[in-house]
Amino acid sequence: MSGAESLGNEGAAGEDVDRTPVPNADVCIVGAGPAGALVADRLAADHEVVVLDAGPRFDPADRLARQERAIRPFYGRPDVWGVGGERDAYENAGERGYPLNHARVKGVGGSTLHWQGMVMRLHEDDFNSGSERGVGTDWPIDYADLRPYYADAERELGVAGASDNPYAPPREEPHPMPAFEPSYSDSLFAEACEELGIDMHSVPNARNSEPYDDRSACVGYGTCQPVCPSGGKYDATVHVERAEGKGATVIDRASVGTLEHDEEDRVTAAVYATPDGEEHRQEADAFVVAAGGVETPRLLLLSASDRHPSGLANSSGHVGEFFMDHLFAGAGGTLDEPTRQNHVGFYTSACDQFYDEADETQAPFKLEFFNYAGPSPVEMALSGEDWGDPLLERLRDGYGNHVAMGGLVEQVPQADSRVALAEDRTDDHGNPVPRIEWTVGDRALDTIERANEIQVAILEELGAEVEWVAGPDATGPAYHHMGTTRMSDDPERGVVDADCRTHDLENCWIASSSVFPTSGAMNPTLTIAALALRVADDVDARLSGA
Amino acid sequence: MELTRRDATAALAAIGATGGVALGVRRTTDAGAGDGADGAVDGAEELPDDEAVRETMAATAAAVYPEAVSGIDAFVGGFLDGRLDGSAHGEGIRAAVAELESTARSWYDAPVADLPVADRDELLRGLGTDTAEEHPHGTTAERVRYYVVNELLLALYASPTGGELVGIENPQGYAGGAESYTRGPP
Ligand SMILES: Cc1cc2nc3c(=O)[nH]c(=O)nc-3n(C[C@H](O)[C@H](O)[C@H](O)COP(=O)(O)OP(=O)(O)OC[C@H]3O[C@@H](n4cnc5c(N)ncnc54)[C@H](O)[C@@H]3O)c2cc1C
Ligand code: SF4
Repeated sequence: MSGAESLGNEGAAGEDVDRTPVPNADVCIVGAGPAGALVADRLAADHEVVVLDAGPRFDPADRLARQERAIRPFYGRPDVWGVGGERDAYENAGERGYPLNHARVKGVGGSTLHWQGMVMRLHEDDFNSGSERGVGTDWPIDYADLRPYYADAERELGVAGASDNPYAPPREEPHPMPAFEPSYSDSLFAEACEELGIDMHSVPNARNSEPYDDRSACVGYGTCQPVCPSGGKYDATVHVERAEGKGATVIDRASVGTLEHDEEDRVTAAVYATPDGEEHRQEADAFVVAAGGVETPRLLLLSASDRHPSGLANSSGHVGEFFMDHLFAGAGGTLDEPTRQNHVGFYTSACDQFYDEADETQAPFKLEFFNYAGPSPVEMALSGEDWGDPLLERLRDGYGNHVAMGGLVEQVPQADSRVALAEDRTDDHGNPVPRIEWTVGDRALDTIERANEIQVAILEELGAEVEWVAGPDATGPAYHHMGTTRMSDDPERGVVDADCRTHDLENCWIASSSVFPTSGAMNPTLTIAALALRVADDVDARLSGA
Repeated sequence: MELTRRDATAALAAIGATGGVALGVRRTTDAGAGDGADGAVDGAEELPDDEAVRETMAATAAAVYPEAVSGIDAFVGGFLDGRLDGSAHGEGIRAAVAELESTARSWYDAPVADLPVADRDELLRGLGTDTAEEHPHGTTAERVRYYVVNELLLALYASPTGGELVGIENPQGYAGGAESYTRGPP
């Protein structure tokens, strides 16, 4: 199917699909993003697994049409994967607006369909922020607990990386694929960084630097975010398909509205609605909620009952609280020489040198050297009042000499930064929509300034004319939703225990960045994947032991 | 710079053509819905065949492409081979071309291909496609911008030759490999 506007009929195509519950299911997983897909894949060989996802199953043949949507000015980012409308309505009520529908995809594969695929491990101190940095709280697990699962997750996702980063936490084996070579613009940055005594190193990508797992190597389409047409970038359809191959059932367009429980505080069923207007109950012995960092707390809140009036798994009162994201810090400008940007859509060099300077007043942060600074000519060409030679001249003026740096900064978890239920706004199934109250404290804002200082110093050393700085006023979220069902050994201080099992319900686990007690400043998905594999082990052990 | 078959194939590979099934083909009579205030003539009755669409598109390309490119007819033809695939998009191109043609006939009494290039430019501007934002279901100007002008610009600038004109041989949308980003300027 060619043409960006030909898309959007996923639903119509799936009308005659069987969406009825699976009898005798052992495990029911809510959400088919990477967290749910990895759990499903791990358990499917030995257990009857069913996965319910609120969004559609996207046709892989449509990816080029989605890429066209990414390039054409008529379409906004959420349009690329059909996010928005009544299904995805939400409210903002915090001091900062949160653009939720730019920050997620609903459907088989979840938000990894749109993601950029940068995958780092958290640092050792990230697990002990309270004791090592004097702010936030400690996780009930350590880096050492997660270390084998990180290695496992890197194999599952297919990570290209190298061991040249002296600031990265210890690892025992090389990455599954060699790192991508540094870019030409990295080589320009390298000279400036050397002058300033700033280290550059490679960065791990969930993207194939060579063919991996029957998936193609990256072929340089350059639209990784929001869509990779080649399959060179990992997305969770990989594990959904693998789980289905082992016998798992994946039901799309099955929006879970509530989880039901019995008098013994066991979850008994996930109640879901299908496009035909029917409501179904999926029963199972174990439940894994993997609906992302916003919908996971929402589902628990929607599942309030007489026995759990403030929401399921919420005896601590913390469901929805401590909502965090990583904050963007960046700067960019132009050089008087070509910089060769926008050939690919990912970056190849980073700097973690300042990360572990973190303390009470300075947050951990990392720096990124972009390969996609400035406009992409083809996008520029489609919006303007010119064509012919004047357009070509405008493109030549606009493209070619840009450089830019990005960075991510941790925010401290705060109870008043939270996801709640809207009071009088409902979605397409009549359920209250999420209300996001996002606040960011001074430590993060001050650290953004610190990151900006380094970025500007590097750019100036490079000889760039600095044209923009995304500082504390212009910062925005990196689309990593964390913290809303935090992990703690203490049932009064957290929603899940160290195994990611809810304190209140013995057969219910949460696989998501929502369990992160603190966020560090590394992109979350490798940690989500590692935790998901660990959840799968725990579910398996308990089911097998039972 | 000569546009080649490789460019047409690359442009198609970039934005997709499968000769696939037509999902929800938009009826051409709906194409003008919400429109009519901008003087466009309704060309819905006589939709051009593929050959005529190719001719109008190539003639328009001569106006919207930079002078430095050659080989336009073969490039546009090759590209449209994939886009006129019975899809809603292909039919959208056909309908927009029909409107452009009927406007040309009523303003200049001649088909687009017979107009001097300067008149083709004037025709597009007269319709307002230069200031219009693309919209697949919008006014005539917005649809011509979407299905004709931007269709052609997208094809050109997502192809290696179009990219090279600007200084990027591996433009966004073109699967030009994962090495070019490591190389310095030629
Ligand atoms: C633009 C962008 C760029 C990103 N880049 C990176 C990056 O470079 N590195 C990185 O680590 N992370 C990145 N991320 C974040 C990454 O995509 C997420 O961390 C990851 O996808 C989370 O996985 P998940 O399985 O927990 O949730 P998701 O992937 O969001 O999947 C959740 C699934 O649950 C389903 N669901 C929700 N509610 C219900 C319900 N009630 N019933 C049934 N199903 C439901 C949804 O439909 C969805 O499919 C990026 C995200 C975006 C948007
Ligand atoms: S650059 Fe590589 S990973 Fe990104 S979209 Fe292209 S093929 Fe996919």
